[in-house]
Amino acid sequence: MSVWNTRPGPPAARRTKLASSLDRLGGRREAPDRATGADGADSKLLEVSHLSTHIWTRAGVVRAVDDVSFELDYGETLGLVGESGCGKSMTALSILRLVPEPAGRIVGGEILFEGEDLLHLSAEQMRDRRGGRIGMIFQDPMTSLNPVHRIGDQIAESARIHLGLSQRAASDRAVELLDKVGIPRARDRARDYPHQFSGGMRQRVMIAIALACDPILLLADEPTTALDVTIQAQILELIVSISAEFHTAVILITHDLGIAAGMCDRINVMYAGRIVESGAVDEIFNRPRMPYTSGLMASIPGLSTARGQPLRTIEGMPPNLIDPPAACRFAARCSDAREICHAGEPELTSRGGPDHHARCWGTDTGGWLP
Amino acid sequence: MTAGGVSLPELPEPAVRLESTPIGAPAAARGRLTIDGTTVIGLVGVVLVGGLILTAILAPFLAPYDPRERVGIPFQRPSALYPLGTNDIGQDLLSELIYGARVSLTVGIVAATVALIIGTTVGVLAGFYRRIVGSVLMRFVDILLIIPFLPLLIVLAAYLGRSLLNTILIIGVLIWAATARVIRSQVLSLTQRDYIRAARALGASDARIIGRHILPRVLLLGISQFVQATSGAILLEASLSFLGLGDPLQKSWGSILYWAQVRGAFLTDAWLWWVLPPGLLIGAAALGFALMGFALEQRINPQLRSGR
Repeated sequence: MSVWNTRPGPPAARRTKLASSLDRLGGRREAPDRATGADGADSKLLEVSHLSTHIWTRAGVVRAVDDVSFELDYGETLGLVGESGCGKSMTALSILRLVPEPAGRIVGGEILFEGEDLLHLSAEQMRDRRGGRIGMIFQDPMTSLNPVHRIGDQIAESARIHLGLSQRAASDRAVELLDKVGIPRARDRARDYPHQFSGGMRQRVMIAIALACDPILLLADEPTTALDVTIQAQILELIVSISAEFHTAVILITHDLGIAAGMCDRINVMYAGRIVESGAVDEIFNRPRMPYTSGLMASIPGLSTARGQPLRTIEGMPPNLIDPPAACRFAARCSDAREICHAGEPELTSRGGPDHHARCWGTDTGGWLP
Repeated sequence: MTAGGVSLPELPEPAVRLESTPIGAPAAARGRLTIDGTTVIGLVGVVLVGGLILTAILAPFLAPYDPRERVGIPFQRPSALYPLGTNDIGQDLLSELIYGARVSLTVGIVAATVALIIGTTVGVLAGFYRRIVGSVLMRFVDILLIIPFLPLLIVLAAYLGRSLLNTILIIGVLIWAATARVIRSQVLSLTQRDYIRAARALGASDARIIGRHILPRVLLLGISQFVQATSGAILLEASLSFLGLGDPLQKSWGSILYWAQVRGAFLTDAWLWWVLPPGLLIGAAALGFALMGFALEQRINPQLRSGR
């Protein structure tokens, strides 16, 4: 909530205004499920189990997401971390059922969101979830806004689609949201076009759009990758404070472990279409139980890295996902790999710590790694 | 038949070329064209088209006689009284030409509108639902583009009967294919834009995405296609009328040529005032629209914009 203090005007007044507007929207803020979430009841907001998404290419079927399972609590922030092509974005697109067809298709698993399987919803019901209960923030704010429509209209569009607001109410809501995401002179700026906004401001607009219908789950796909470093922090802070204020769960997709560490409650490390390690953020960073995770962290250049010294990398390339080896998928690049690693793929098993799981023979019971 | 400035059997061919690959031929010229060059070309087009449209509108004031009245002795040479002479039944040729602008331009513009509507609809649908709907529609477009226009046009016109409305519909229904192709390719590119994906992730329906995000952005392209289609439609109308398949009650430039041919004007001195003027006007109208379309397309289609 601290972020709001930096903005002009009495925050209390603003909150009242927002609250009253939310009452108009049918009092969604007081939805009982959020209360359940706060109580920590055992029902989860999102349960993804055995999700598999394949992409058909000329060369063969790419198993972009391969038997992925994870859970997300109400209000929780989960990081999906991994290098390019590991299936992070595909996982998010699968949740929204926006896997680019006809090449890609979800081939198995279930995605329970608020207790219902998204994969069994009709196209229309699914459309209702998108942008309604599930908001999405995209990577590149420069291209994700339609250049020919006014900012305010683009924010209002979502509110009109899902909340059935009138033109007027929707544009009021748009101004309110612009204000909320820290755009000064929101009422004036709502009439501007995207090219009149800087990258950081556009990403704020994207966040406003994602928030327009008060989602309970926010998918943020590399929300800061296209932004300046200085702006990145502001945008992340905005996402954090908004998710805290509205008790919105967030799935943050990033390849930047630093960002994940700063923002997330839990982290799933993905590699070659699979989750290879998952756990609370402290666990993952203090006691990584999978050489890939350690490798990722080691390859972050630190201030203490001596000048001229080569940056540390993980040697090699991820395996071809068309015909993945029936072995640990990281084995070929792993400096600690032994015979067993090349012989069979380990399961995602518990590593003792709170909810800490890893997919590694070396750190499993009786393994050879510390 | 070759004497008249326009070589008639070849008429439909430029019509096709003008709208399907308008910029294809002068690749070198395209590279050389500066923005100013495009502007000049566009202005020439505007002047030509503007002049003709004004003529059509002001026909009653400009024409010395009622084109339907027999005002003089048939087959007169040009004189002070009859600047372009008279035709076989003694009507004033200049007046006929001036009123003919109305028919030719109307057919051109209305037929191009029909083509724009069909072409845009097909193009947007084929680009948006590119799998089944798109494949089927585009194969149909391919077929339509392969069929030689003129024979089909003649068959249709002969079968449906000679009226202005039929002429317009036949032309419109035949020339939308190129528009559909251009629009489809634009839609294909648009549907891959991030903001369309973003709209989808916000739960926007197909209808909404098409109406709000796609149509407004292809309409400009549609307009340049429309202008070029007009040029083609004017040529097609002239061809049909020249073959005697136009509306017998509405004299267009094409039907003036038809009567000139029937009455042997091509073989006598009369071609100079009976054949050449309508031929030039048809050429001017087609050229004017084509130039305008070219300039518009240069401006609108970023892929065609010369380096800068």
